[in-house]
Amino acid sequence: MGVMKRMSGILQAKTNKLLDKAEDPRESLDLSYQKQLESLQKVRRSVADVTTAKKRIELQATQLQGQADKLQTQAKAALTQGNEDLAREALARRAALADQLADLQTQHEQVSAQEQKLIDTAQKLQTQVDAFRTKKETMKASYTAAEAQTKIGEAVSGISESMSDAGMSMQRAQDKIDGMQARAGAMDELLASGALTDLTNPVDDIQAQLNKASTTSTVDAELAALKAEVGAGSPAPAELPQADAEESSS
Amino acid sequence: MIVRILGEGQYAIADAERSALDDLDAALLAAVESGDEPAFARALAALTAEVRRAGTPVADDAFAPSDLVVPFSDATLEETRDLLAEPGVEPAKDER
Repeated sequence: MGVMKRMSGILQAKTNKLLDKAEDPRESLDLSYQKQLESLQKVRRSVADVTTAKKRIELQATQLQGQADKLQTQAKAALTQGNEDLAREALARRAALADQLADLQTQHEQVSAQEQKLIDTAQKLQTQVDAFRTKKETMKASYTAAEAQTKIGEAVSGISESMSDAGMSMQRAQDKIDGMQARAGAMDELLASGALTDLTNPVDDIQAQLNKASTTSTVDAELAALKAEVGAGSPAPAELPQADAEESSS
Repeated sequence: MIVRILGEGQYAIADAERSALDDLDAALLAAVESGDEPAFARALAALTAEVRRAGTPVADDAFAPSDLVVPFSDATLEETRDLLAEPGVEPAKDER
């Protein structure tokens, strides 16, 4: 048996679970309609879940991007202070973040694709359910036991198959998102615990070194100003060679 | 006959197209059985393209069960194999 025939049997088995045996075929129309509404709700919830997953990834990307930008600024500041080693360190950390950002970007594309598919599924199902609602009333009105039984059975089986298909699409999206959710959870923990901070660092060591260098230069400037003041106040020729020595050493 | 592409919808296809579909289906089955991923992707793309080409989309208010079902158009070999391992309803008779 080919793939298409086997798939058909598998979808049929899933669909049978959705079918109710009602005494009156007309009743089965209403029972089916109830299930359709429930299915529709599930698909909508599933869309909402995927959208939440997408937002989470966006938030993480924003946080990582913020850290990357900060490292860029720090690298520039370090260079301004003439500390090339520190600038190199900041850029190296920024490169590590760029890899993670690229990974998030890929995840974002995948989640967005799943989101779009589910939105399409929900829209199609909605259209079918609306059409079914109209049709079931027509069928009930023109009901004659002999032929209607077959027609109703076919209509109910037909739309139930669409619900099975939607259910499978939903499950598939969920499976794909689950793997990403686990990674996103791990990333959240890293961001929160500061483990990522050690690696990529928000302020600490690089900023501390920059701050220290900046403080040192302020102190140097103040010291120079003081020396000038003291030098101007008292005629101390002994100060001059010292100032010269300092100048030549810098 | 009515053919469904999972995740996409149903198409009405003239019975005369059946043998062309069966040939493509046979190639798909062969790829599943041999575990040849690139061949699987090619066969699946060819089959879904043929269904879309030969078929007319079934209207949203026409409710009928499908005669044949094609996997998700972007399915992987692995997930198709897993799906095929699920219990299914035996077709009453493999007519056609």
